[in-house]
Amino acid sequence: MNPVIEFEKLTVRFGNLEALKDVSGRFSGRSIGLLGPNGAGKTTMIHTLLGFYPPAGGSARIFGKDIVQDAREIKALIGYMPENDSFIAGMTAVRFVAMMAELTGIPANAALERAHEALFYVGLGEARYRTVETFSQGMKQLVKLAQAIVHGPRLLFLDEPTNGLDPPARLRMLRLIREITAHAEMHLVLSSHLLRDVEECCEEVLILKKGEVAVQCNLEEERRSNKKFVELETRGDTSRFIDAIERFGCEWAQSAPRRYKMVLPEGLKISQLYEAASEHEVQLRKFTFKRDSLEDIFLKAMGNENGSL
Amino acid sequence: MAVYKHSYRRYEGDLTARWQRLLVLPRYAYRGVFQSRFFLIFFVICLIVPLGAALLIYLRHNIGALDLMNIPDDAILPINATFFEWVIQIQGSFAFLLTVFVGPGLVSPDLVNNALPLYLSRPFSRTEYVVGKMSVLMILQSCVTWVPLCVLFLLQASLAEGNWISANTRILVAILLGSAVWILLLSLLAMAISAWVRWKAIAGALMFGVFLVGAGFGETVSALFNTKWGSLFNISSMMQVIWEWLFFGGASETGETVNRLAAGQVPVWSACLALVVIGLCCLFLLSRRIRAYEVVR
Repeated sequence: MNPVIEFEKLTVRFGNLEALKDVSGRFSGRSIGLLGPNGAGKTTMIHTLLGFYPPAGGSARIFGKDIVQDAREIKALIGYMPENDSFIAGMTAVRFVAMMAELTGIPANAALERAHEALFYVGLGEARYRTVETFSQGMKQLVKLAQAIVHGPRLLFLDEPTNGLDPPARLRMLRLIREITAHAEMHLVLSSHLLRDVEECCEEVLILKKGEVAVQCNLEEERRSNKKFVELETRGDTSRFIDAIERFGCEWAQSAPRRYKMVLPEGLKISQLYEAASEHEVQLRKFTFKRDSLEDIFLKAMGNENGSL
Repeated sequence: MAVYKHSYRRYEGDLTARWQRLLVLPRYAYRGVFQSRFFLIFFVICLIVPLGAALLIYLRHNIGALDLMNIPDDAILPINATFFEWVIQIQGSFAFLLTVFVGPGLVSPDLVNNALPLYLSRPFSRTEYVVGKMSVLMILQSCVTWVPLCVLFLLQASLAEGNWISANTRILVAILLGSAVWILLLSLLAMAISAWVRWKAIAGALMFGVFLVGAGFGETVSALFNTKWGSLFNISSMMQVIWEWLFFGGASETGETVNRLAAGQVPVWSACLALVVIGLCCLFLLSRRIRAYEVVR
């Protein structure tokens, strides 16, 4: 499958600050999630792909086109929904979206027709003759989505699309995003710090930490793989117990004080864990089996060198 | 099918040419600008002087009409370079007022509402954005400067006897070049101010300030140091020097050579240089502000 986005040692610097450090990766799925805590470099990565910041080193390609040399061609193929409020003052929603379509090269009449369609599609049909500044936060998010899809891009960048939305509006936005990627032959890059949003909409995930790639994985494959996960809640001094389970070959991460998540290796019996706990005088207050989730992947990625948080 | 029944579909039709996309910005801007009745009335007022000038040209060439109105021949201004320079100066002032009215609202609302990423994430560069926004002003200014003046020139040429056009080609060049310099300067200044001042009223006041404070400062410098170079801070005065040179060259209409420095004016080259420096400063200011996102280091 042809990659949608490829990075090769992409580095972005702002003065002395390295916002992205040697980021490499290759994504070919329909939907890509960008995850990371605040300041991890998610938005910088999107902005660099959009050509807003020049790379200080390395390269990136979208649909095989270089983001620096073929910037104009790439921009004709993408749609972008920014994180913050972005609109043109004094314009009705339909004029605003039509203007954005015209700037992408769609003739005036077709742009107006598509603006109406896009606004109905995102659920703003009835409000399309209102000026954008009178919209609520949720409506502003939807009009940003409408302007991003009005010209029928092949790749859509959504930067924190559920920011400031109440739960029903958030669910509607996520449903829309899933619908767009499923039916509109459109690829998606979704940047969010909300794991649930990414988990619900994306096939592949890139987790960034301090400007570097912490984890790159295919969520579908992770979901399909039948790893055995357990979650433990303990009491007592766990240091020797942890040493013991490491000797069993368990990967582990601490999700909260006294709470551990573990991946059990093939052949390890649950009774061995109980025996180790008993031997090291650790009480097991809770013991639950758990399938791998994005939260686990994220917590592992955010963990320090010894695997704990 | 009704539009609300359409589901999402890709656009597969033809795309417009790159230059056509530049005109999207003025087209949308004019819808907003001409919604103001005050602006519409002012725009019409801007065209009164060229209409009056057209009437003068007509009367100048119609002795019968002058006789009917009992106006002596010599009561009407001769139609020459002085006449056109007079009209261009008046129309230049109207162009300035139009710029004060429209200019402040061009860039600042986009910066305040974070609209630049929306423009620049499309196949639309920073340069195209600046040119597109400037064209909003330049088209309006053209409508009150070189366009009516060229019409007046052609009217005079059609009514005058002999080879008036070939004898007065310099006037046409002066109209076009003089207007171009003035329009470009005003547009760049207005864009730069609009990019740095968020409030429209203050940006408009600053446009006046650049001219008035500059003139005052220039006069002070000239008086303090007993020099004529203080005029380089006075944009109107520099424009005056350039217009005079364009219409008359190094000589007055009577053919006398004019020593401009002695007459209290700076040389043409220095005025041109000063305007180029102002233009470059404006471009620098624009390049600092017209970005999708500002990087805080």
